[in-house]
Amino acid sequence: MIREMGQESSRRYNRTKKRFRWPSFFLYLFLGIVTVIQVYPLIWLFLFSFKDNNEIYSGNAMGIPHIWRISNYYTVMTGGNVGVYFGNSVIVTGITIAVSTILITTSAYAIVRMHWKAKNIFLNYILLGMMVPIHATLLPMFIVLRNLNLLNSYLSLILPYVVFALPMGVFIMVGFMKNIPRELEESACLDGCNIYQMFWRIALPLVRPAIATVAIFTFLSSWNELMFANTFISNDSLKTLTVGIMALSGQQGTAWGPIGAGLVIATVPTLLIYFIFSDQLQKSVIAGAIKG
Amino acid sequence: MEKLLKDKKAIFLFTFPTFLLFTVIVVLPIFFSIHYSTLQWDGFSKSVFVGLSNYRSLFVDNTDGFVQSVVNSLVLALISVGIQLPISLLLALILARGVRGERFFRTVYFIPVIISTVVIGQLWMKIYNADYGMLNIVLRALGLGKYANAWLADTRTALASVFIAMLWQYIGYHMLLMYAGAKSISPDIYEAARIDGASETQMAFRITIPLMKPILCVCVIFAVTGSFKAFDLIYVMTGGGPLHATEVPTTLMYTTIFSRYQYGYGSAMAIFIIAECLVCTVVIQKLFNRNAED
Repeated sequence: MIREMGQESSRRYNRTKKRFRWPSFFLYLFLGIVTVIQVYPLIWLFLFSFKDNNEIYSGNAMGIPHIWRISNYYTVMTGGNVGVYFGNSVIVTGITIAVSTILITTSAYAIVRMHWKAKNIFLNYILLGMMVPIHATLLPMFIVLRNLNLLNSYLSLILPYVVFALPMGVFIMVGFMKNIPRELEESACLDGCNIYQMFWRIALPLVRPAIATVAIFTFLSSWNELMFANTFISNDSLKTLTVGIMALSGQQGTAWGPIGAGLVIATVPTLLIYFIFSDQLQKSVIAGAIKG
Repeated sequence: MEKLLKDKKAIFLFTFPTFLLFTVIVVLPIFFSIHYSTLQWDGFSKSVFVGLSNYRSLFVDNTDGFVQSVVNSLVLALISVGIQLPISLLLALILARGVRGERFFRTVYFIPVIISTVVIGQLWMKIYNADYGMLNIVLRALGLGKYANAWLADTRTALASVFIAMLWQYIGYHMLLMYAGAKSISPDIYEAARIDGASETQMAFRITIPLMKPILCVCVIFAVTGSFKAFDLIYVMTGGGPLHATEVPTTLMYTTIFSRYQYGYGSAMAIFIIAECLVCTVVIQKLFNRNAED
């Protein structure tokens, strides 16, 4: 959708070029300044991650490092627990994406394709979740998890992450499935397959783009989540990357270079996924907003 | 086919896990929270039913600064709508009208949105640092050294400093929504306006912005409710301090529950935040709809 819009606009731009005269220089200067403001902090972080405290305190907190201390990365991955935190984030996020994808696709399939009376009520019920701020659920969940002895477990994070991914995911998936023609499924059914095969072999491959969209969304929200992770996990060996690094940087006499390296490590997967899927991601943000 | 799609067992299998998890983890806790908010309870000893008195102490004879925290979040909402959204709108309008590198700018402006709040928080804490922070270095280089400050430790500047970081992070988000809204307007309308001799600015104010009303409404709702729900960045950067200068309802709720163990009172705050968000959503929608009818 966005790509189409992009082509559309460049066509429009060409057509109107003669009369369309922004004071170009100032326009691009402005856009350039905004670009620097939006991106410079990241570049700064990257440079910061190669310095040591001496260099930072002696006035070179901003510029190019005098020595590129790649060892900062080595230190933080092996010395601290950042390797462990990273692993925890991968496990929690990975399972969250897998489970939420299964729940979202099956529910959306039942809502869009199958015949039962309460399906619209069910859809609206789930969509209500988009309105609920997570704060309201924090304390009750904490108490329940404490009583079940589930604090300090992966499950205590995976459960809320999965559930809070459902409303948006179901919304996007239902919208997508509605636009897929039924013919393929009908012809498959003539060959005699059951409902599960129809879902798994026919419908699921067709909604792959929507699955990607939903998965990216879920990735971002669980990878970056702070409040649940900070509340439900106190055991250092189970902390996720965000909480772990926050704890590291709160300590006195911290070596800032390795912390910077840790922050870069936490950011790189997000940036990679963003650059690979940025079109898909931007689409999903817009899709989410239109329901709002 | 029809028979297959009416398979009761399959429907149950496909929907029940979602229904169950959603009910247990999202819906029931809200009712629990409402219940807790009527109790005086530390989470361990026996609770005492106190009716609505927790809600009363939020505002009447309030001692923990909840009123001030609400005011802070209202200020955030106000500058979010008054400063952040106009910047986003300007960027969205420029990009949507077609500039070279449209895709590049759009992608880059959105980057802060996807970065973890912990990273963003650390970044800005370094920028504001009194000794080696970027802001003070720049001020000193410009000969404005006397204005250099411990930005986050000074009660007069802490709130503004945190708010600036928060506004910065979401400019790209609103820009993207508005960009999509502006892009969905048919080019023919502009063509017609141009034939009638309208200038770019006139077209922006008379055509684009009025037609973007639905998405602007969404943006205003997101900006306002987002301000009421704001937690992560403040928690990372100041934790509500120094001396409660940057407290917002969510940070106060968090410390009330998890540091002071006032479960009932903290739940009343949570319910207040939800109610505040719901009411504002409805009011903003009403305002936009009424304008649309005029």
